[in-house]
Amino acid sequence: MARVLIRNLNKFYDDFHAVKDVNLEIRDKEFVVLVGPSGCGKTTTLRMVAGLESIGSGQILIGDTVVNELPPMDRDIAMVFQNYALYPHKSVYDNKAFGLKMRRVDRGEIRKRVHEAADILGIRDYLGRKPRQLSGGQRQRVALGRAIVRHPQVFLFDEPLSNLDAKLRVQMRVELKKLHNRLNTTAVYVTHDQVEAMTLGDRVVVMRGGIVQQVGEPLELYNRPANRFVAGFIGSPAMNFASVHVTNGTGGLRAGNTGLAIDVPAEISSRLAPYAGRDVIMGVRPEDLEVANGGDPPGLCFEALVEVVERLGAESLLDLQVGEQTMVASVEPNIRAKRGDRLRFALRPERLHFFDTKSEAAI
Amino acid sequence: MAISEAVGQRAFAQAPRRGWATRLLEDERWLAVSLLLPTVVLLGLFIAYPFVQGVLLAITDTKVGIPGRFVGVQNFIALWYDSIFRTAVWNTFVYTAVATVFKLALGLWLALLLNRHFKGKAFTRAFILLPFIIPTVLSTFAWKWMFDPTFSVINWTLFQLGLIHGRINWLGDPDLALISVIIVNVWRGVPFFAISLLAGLQTINPELQEAAAIDGARAWQRFWHVTWPLLLPVTMVVMLFSIIQTFADFQLVYVLTGGGPANATQLFATYAYQIGVGTGLLSEGAAVSLAMFPFLLFVVVVQLLYIRRVEVH
Amino acid sequence: MIEGAKWRRWAYFYIPLGGFIFWLLFPFYWMLVTSVRPDRELYRPWMAPNYTPFWTAHPTLVHIIDLLTETLFTRWMLNTLFIAILSTVISLFCGVLAGYALSRLKFPFAGSLGTGIFITYLVPQTLLFIPLADIIRNFQLGDTPWALILTYPTFLIPFCTWLLMGYFKAIPRELEECARIDGATRWKAMTYIIIPIAVPGILSAGIFAFTLSWNEFIYALVFLSSAQQKTVSVGVTSELVRGDVFYWGQLMAGALLGSIPVAVIYSFFVEHYVAGLTGSVKG
Repeated sequence: MARVLIRNLNKFYDDFHAVKDVNLEIRDKEFVVLVGPSGCGKTTTLRMVAGLESIGSGQILIGDTVVNELPPMDRDIAMVFQNYALYPHKSVYDNKAFGLKMRRVDRGEIRKRVHEAADILGIRDYLGRKPRQLSGGQRQRVALGRAIVRHPQVFLFDEPLSNLDAKLRVQMRVELKKLHNRLNTTAVYVTHDQVEAMTLGDRVVVMRGGIVQQVGEPLELYNRPANRFVAGFIGSPAMNFASVHVTNGTGGLRAGNTGLAIDVPAEISSRLAPYAGRDVIMGVRPEDLEVANGGDPPGLCFEALVEVVERLGAESLLDLQVGEQTMVASVEPNIRAKRGDRLRFALRPERLHFFDTKSEAAI
Repeated sequence: MAISEAVGQRAFAQAPRRGWATRLLEDERWLAVSLLLPTVVLLGLFIAYPFVQGVLLAITDTKVGIPGRFVGVQNFIALWYDSIFRTAVWNTFVYTAVATVFKLALGLWLALLLNRHFKGKAFTRAFILLPFIIPTVLSTFAWKWMFDPTFSVINWTLFQLGLIHGRINWLGDPDLALISVIIVNVWRGVPFFAISLLAGLQTINPELQEAAAIDGARAWQRFWHVTWPLLLPVTMVVMLFSIIQTFADFQLVYVLTGGGPANATQLFATYAYQIGVGTGLLSEGAAVSLAMFPFLLFVVVVQLLYIRRVEVH
Repeated sequence: MIEGAKWRRWAYFYIPLGGFIFWLLFPFYWMLVTSVRPDRELYRPWMAPNYTPFWTAHPTLVHIIDLLTETLFTRWMLNTLFIAILSTVISLFCGVLAGYALSRLKFPFAGSLGTGIFITYLVPQTLLFIPLADIIRNFQLGDTPWALILTYPTFLIPFCTWLLMGYFKAIPRELEECARIDGATRWKAMTYIIIPIAVPGILSAGIFAFTLSWNEFIYALVFLSSAQQKTVSVGVTSELVRGDVFYWGQLMAGALLGSIPVAVIYSFFVEHYVAGLTGSVKG
């Protein structure tokens, strides 16, 4: 069973508390993505799992073994680095064979495995070449191949796609997904790109400032973010946030500010009731803002001034001025709007998010 | 079996048992200790230990074959009153200062010349370094022959050009000897300065010069305001290296004049040799050698401080 | 940028450059000419009428032959070669290991040790030669090549270490980390991955060390006494001067031949030598 268990993990760099009490269970065969802005501790955590950084306090288990004291070579893991880390003086073949040679695997077996991995990744023709003769994408494949031949218990990825150009990145993402399906090995993947996190992960771990913000399946993070940070981090364009004041009105709670005023839907009222008389943060995603037609309940509509129109083809992004704040709406491409128009937008009750102003937790 | 099957079926392999030596060397600190051990042993044995011995020698009155008694700073006091020693001190400082200034100026000039593109540049650059590469003693003999009072080719050339009428005793004339020795030292050192400064020049972005030219700066101003400040770090390092080597120089003077005539070219190193090895007064010889130390320490400290400051930037 | 008239190019560039080249290389030409000039021409005073310094009409190999057959010159060359090679090997070994440790490992006192090694580079041989002679004698190494083979590293190792630190620092640490994850111990990661990549630097350091060994004089002068043990520099200085008479023909032949090995090695590895020189200064 190749699960990875992280218990109460802490890491200090002099006075800087880089990783704060992280608890995580990565199940056997699961592909887990650690995502967050730079400096959030995701890479440090990964490197502690790899054995490249010492552990401040806490435990890391791979399978059933506590690996805190084990050097990297004894942890039965493989890692793919951001800049590939290919040995420049060795051929592609030797790059992939190196790990097996270190473990005294016999020559015939090495050859078999290297060719197998090369076939899977489509790099059979490059086995004789040196890394400097390969393109970025090819080098990345070689790095992947090097990890595969070892048949490790756990794969570790440290932002492997960040050095590729945009188009290649999309392509490699799909290939990685296919690879994982085929190999069915536990994997821990670190990235700062939330698109990669959403598309690749079975589960996603959002980190910030050394603390785990939320763990869950991608859609769960998207639909039910645990706090304002996760809500704003996942999804592109980012969620719109507005500070609104909750008041007790006739027929129910109302939430509003200078730009808009809505009736709080029944489903949320009970949760929001304790906040009557106070400010909360309301969040709504750009794709959840629809241009109102006649049939929308007026209590959930508001008016906005269109400032900028960005037509992307598949959608149009409207930069809106709503009272004193700005919002972004993502609408159907056939919506006719231009700068200076005043449009009415409708909110759907199940797509509204509210967050406590101080703790930023979801309400 | 296919990779996917192999991976799925394998349980977590037990970590292999490692010998104690392997585990020890896995620790960063122990590995560092074992890697540095040969160096520390060699340097300790043949630098630190002799240095301490040298100090001990200098504060006794050891002669060859006769162990010495402790005499405190007597040797140093004797040196203070030794006129030859004082001459040697003066000579060494003059030698170092003059040679360094010329090496810097000529080396810089040569570096500026070499910094342009011309046919055979790589070739020229390779040949230029020869005075620095060839063993000092051997090339110094060539100069000694060129300076020979009876057979000097330099004298012949100058005579033919009508610049002199009698012979110049380059090495035998007490007024000229130090100058001659400096000439040879400069000859030897210019390539080192030139190549190092050239490397420094090549790291300077040519666009800076072009921008200055557009701004109206003339060649001299461009050099002074753009090139020179950027070249300063390399210049400092090269100069400090050179100063130390020149200050402690031995080979040149030993071959050319042996310290004469009448101690006109006597330096710390040659005087130490003369006393310590020539006459067997080991303690006094050691004292002369050690007298170099304060100045060298000063130069080293300056260099370290300078490097620290540059690194901070 | 010397724009404009051709005369300016000549005045500011070609003539000064030519002057430098002439000045720097003439002594070698003089060495060569003197080596093949017969004695009767050599010892013609400079004011004599038929003095033709810059060439000779009757080149002869007599000096070179005498040098090789009547003196111990070949023996000296072999000695120097032996000493230079072994010193270089020892220094490279120590320098590679020390350079690696100081540039890629974290351990207490790393900074001070680095500074310490750097400082020893600046303790000149002329400061240590007297006490060191005594120590050499006590170790029973006097008058053997080992006296030099063990002491030359004292000024070769600091330089090699410093130079190699620069090369090691430039190698990304992911390579080592990957090797360690692949199954290599730290030691194997160093020897299989990092050191092979640093080979150009090792070559530069080795060549520089070789030329520095060949050039050393005072230790060789003081530690070696019998004629058979001497190095080229010392032998030429002490044995080719009999009484007060300088045998200039042989001396120059000796100087010329003694310079050849270094010049040859240098010519093959010019780029590496220059890289070593400038690396140590810029590093």
